[in-house]
Amino acid sequence: MTTQLGRWEHFHHQADIGVRGIGPTLDKAFEQAALALTAVITDPARVRPIQAVEIECEAPRISLLLVDWLNRLIYEMATRRMIFAQFEVHLSPPDLGGALSLHALAWGEPVDPLRHQPAVEVKGATYSELEVKQDPQGHWVVQCVVDV
Amino acid sequence: MDTTRLIQKSEFEWWLEATPPMGVPGILYASEALLREMDDKVLEQMANVASLPGIVQAVYAMPDAHWGYGFPIGGVAAFREDDGVVSAGGVGFDISCGVRTLHTGLTVEDIAPIKQDLAQGLFRHVPAGVGSIGKIHLEPAEMDTMLQGGAEWAVKQGYGRPEDLERIEEHGRMEGARPELVSLQAKRRQADEMGTLGSGNHYLEVQQVTEVFDTRVAEAFGVAVGDVLVSIHSGSRGLGHQVATDYSRQMVEAAHKYGLELADLELACAPIQSEEGQAYLGAMRAAINCALANRQILTHLAREAFAYLLPRADLRLIYDVSHNTAKLEEHLIEGKPQRLYVHRKGATRAFGPGHPALPEAFRAVGQPVLIGGTMGTASYILVGTPEGEARSLSSSCHGAGRAMSRHQALKQWRGKELVRELGQRGIIVRSPSPRGVAEEAPGAYKDVTAVVDAAHAAGLSRKVARLEPLICIKG
Repeated sequence: MTTQLGRWEHFHHQADIGVRGIGPTLDKAFEQAALALTAVITDPARVRPIQAVEIECEAPRISLLLVDWLNRLIYEMATRRMIFAQFEVHLSPPDLGGALSLHALAWGEPVDPLRHQPAVEVKGATYSELEVKQDPQGHWVVQCVVDV
Repeated sequence: MDTTRLIQKSEFEWWLEATPPMGVPGILYASEALLREMDDKVLEQMANVASLPGIVQAVYAMPDAHWGYGFPIGGVAAFREDDGVVSAGGVGFDISCGVRTLHTGLTVEDIAPIKQDLAQGLFRHVPAGVGSIGKIHLEPAEMDTMLQGGAEWAVKQGYGRPEDLERIEEHGRMEGARPELVSLQAKRRQADEMGTLGSGNHYLEVQQVTEVFDTRVAEAFGVAVGDVLVSIHSGSRGLGHQVATDYSRQMVEAAHKYGLELADLELACAPIQSEEGQAYLGAMRAAINCALANRQILTHLAREAFAYLLPRADLRLIYDVSHNTAKLEEHLIEGKPQRLYVHRKGATRAFGPGHPALPEAFRAVGQPVLIGGTMGTASYILVGTPEGEARSLSSSCHGAGRAMSRHQALKQWRGKELVRELGQRGIIVRSPSPRGVAEEAPGAYKDVTAVVDAAHAAGLSRKVARLEPLICIKG
């Protein structure tokens, strides 16, 4: 069921896994896509949002910005050895050069193998099945396949 | 897969005709049963790749092919040096992910009494799984030296023996690496990951040789029934993944800049001779060296674990192959030698007898082709064939290939139950993640024996030995 915050889901891919975020706004859909990313690795409910990391990125197109956003999260998870469970995304309209930008906070905690039982590392977000669209109800749907 | 779109040339060879904008046909090597299991997306992706500039001869799909991003996994495509393209998606995210197999000098009887201790020892000594870190921390200058030196660097650091190097593709060191073109982010991802196995389908497995199909070649490779081997499946870790991420993004813009028409963003590529193409090749070669160094350190850790429990063990490297690369090679095209950039994504190079790149010990028989199993099923050693050059630019399959999504696998299996069931069959599995074990359940993969039989029957490579797992350390 779609709530005010939106929802996330995984979609079928034979070898890898598709992540999809759905929300009333693009900001919320991006947040939900990030949750779907976390759910590839572990159950997001097991992750305590006790430490925040700030993320900024920009891209010429909204679909590329989605891939960049997920790739930045993958990078932060890998280098900080953290896992995130709560997100606050703010997208900004194009600047004079036409670039869209994203400012976000991701809350999480260091990976605890016993408690999180992480299943798999995500290597990167890909352009496969990449889509940013509005469904007939007006909800934003953002998705791509992540390589695991 | 809908096979009505294909022309069957023989029992194991199927053609997708070159219809515009395809420049070359697609050739699939598989049994009809394997083809029917394949996703239709494989055909779509082959047609897309066949439409890229400078492509030569055909796009090939190995018997374990499945839907990748841009290029199918289990796909092979070669591009002319002067007017062809190079694609980060044609190599894949885990650059130079591959397998190496070592002979332990032991037999099944030798390890039977201490199998549990050996499993525990390997599990404790080899960092595996998400977030695990190695004991080696590389500062920036040393990182660059590693990215230039590959396994040769690792041996110089004391992680292995000089004789290991001749048993690795490129003698353990890929020429033309440009560490300065690898981003700081990629290097940061790798700082603490040297000597770590990774997760997903990566593993360290102790195996026994249960069957030999070709005694002459098996002798040349030094394997016989009852021998205990160790196979390590791992790749270029965070550094390779980030190089793929960085350059896929750059290639989206490069393709636009050079007016390359892409059927899909995921086919992002750049002309080989462009600044962007050359930069990717330099960074990719550095990532290949990272993978070779990493497997070399993992080998050293396996040797240490064996030496502690079995001082008689002598782990000698049989061979090390990579699966995800783009390499400059010379191939015969319409009877003439031509320099090509061969993308092998989830495919193994399989040079036939006499190839100058092979170590002296194998030159008469051909290159070992190491096929990874799935924790509960067999692995295989095959050998490159003379006819493989014309069939698939000397390429073969790389593993079983997934047949089921992780999500489906998770619904069907429980990690702890799977570990218990495999234990009852004499296979000890150690993993930090029960969920990871469930997602990697042997049943989620294609029948590796069917894949290998198809590669053998199609003449891509020939069966030499069958290996069964005894101990599996899963990432």
